Amino acid sequence: MRWAPLAAALLAGCGETARPPRTIAGADPARGLAVIERVGCAACHAIPGVDWPEGRAGPALKGFGASPLIAGRLPNRPDVLTAWLIDPPSLAPDTAMPPSPISEAEARDIAAYLYTLDDR
Amino acid sequence: MIADRPEGIAGWPPPALDPAGPFAGPLNVLAWVLFAMGAVVLLVVVAALGLALFGPRRWRARLGGERLVWIGGLAFPVVVLSALLIYGLGLTSHLTQEPGPDEMRVRVTGEMWWWRVAYLDDAGREVLQDANEVHIPVGRPVVLELDSADVIHSLWIPRLSGKVDMIPGRRNLMRVQADAAGAYGGQCAEYCGGPHALMGLVVVAHEPADFTAWRARQTVPAATAGLPAPGAEVFGRAGCGACHTVAGTAFNGLAGPDLSHVGSRRTLGAGILPNNHGTMAGWISDSQAIKPGNRMPAYPVLTGQELRDVSAWLESLK
Repeated sequence: MRWAPLAAALLAGCGETARPPRTIAGADPARGLAVIERVGCAACHAIPGVDWPEGRAGPALKGFGASPLIAGRLPNRPDVLTAWLIDPPSLAPDTAMPPSPISEAEARDIAAYLYTLDDR
Repeated sequence: MIADRPEGIAGWPPPALDPAGPFAGPLNVLAWVLFAMGAVVLLVVVAALGLALFGPRRWRARLGGERLVWIGGLAFPVVVLSALLIYGLGLTSHLTQEPGPDEMRVRVTGEMWWWRVAYLDDAGREVLQDANEVHIPVGRPVVLELDSADVIHSLWIPRLSGKVDMIPGRRNLMRVQADAAGAYGGQCAEYCGGPHALMGLVVVAHEPADFTAWRARQTVPAATAGLPAPGAEVFGRAGCGACHTVAGTAFNGLAGPDLSHVGSRRTLGAGILPNNHGTMAGWISDSQAIKPGNRMPAYPVLTGQELRDVSAWLESLK
């Protein structure tokens, strides 16, 4: 019985560490969605909130905010995601996703929008 | 969604009611005249209906007489509609006149589901090929010579013109002029098969000096014949040159859009996607997901690196 509180604490801890906070200071998800539409990310990705198109060359981004990995190989953290959005081949040389014509602030806005997509 | 397109025909005020040149103006006037007359006739008819149902007996008897049928049902429409037809034809006849000696000529051919564009000299010979974009100088009338390669299409650039059908074997004329520099969206306005709704066009109006510079750039191949770029090698190996021409290389296919300066276009897929490295890669990889039914197949044979190389090369063709 005396292990019970410890077990409870450990289990509770699991739930929290599985979903680290993914907030990005100063970034605006609405602005991010506007950039996504301007750049045309949906040519490759089905993105909740974008009606058309629903490209299939890249993964669908439904639930991306709860996904542990970016492109199946990088930890899904705000700083990594921002760097990924700007220049994916610098992090994964064999990816099909090319560099995007966006600023770092715009990449942070897009990341903020992607982190709202955590409904499965 | 048309509203999501880079140079669409949606928005407020509605482009069709917001003319940007002297050849769209008369059509806008005609549209409002027709709307006003239709409104007056509707009011008269509704008033007559009200009188017939609820009016005093004397009025009802008069409305039921044969005389009113002859006047209101025959004489009035014949006179008014004939006058309107003459007025409308007078207002719009110069829109479809043969090109004068000083007028710039551009042939636009509707294809399923994109636009082949050729700039013509005074004798009507093609001097420059392009696709899905028409470049014009500001403040000058330009005659578009419309044709179709397959089915009936219709070209509509709401802020610059009315709709004119593109009929296989016929040469229809449309005059456009833009009074301010900018991009004007166009759209196929006659159902032409599956991706019809995704058959857009962009008219880009330049200041005269910019137009001259644009034209000079277009006449020089952006690609170099030696093919040093890895993307050009992928382009050749994947067979892209069977359908696409790239000036300055051996790729000379004619079935699809000319890609000689594709990197300088504003849109991809005929007016539907913004044009950048990423959308180019997505389009090449699986255009069928973006514009289902279009005649370019998906290319699942390319690796990520190859896809980036070929799209980077195409984007470099400015």
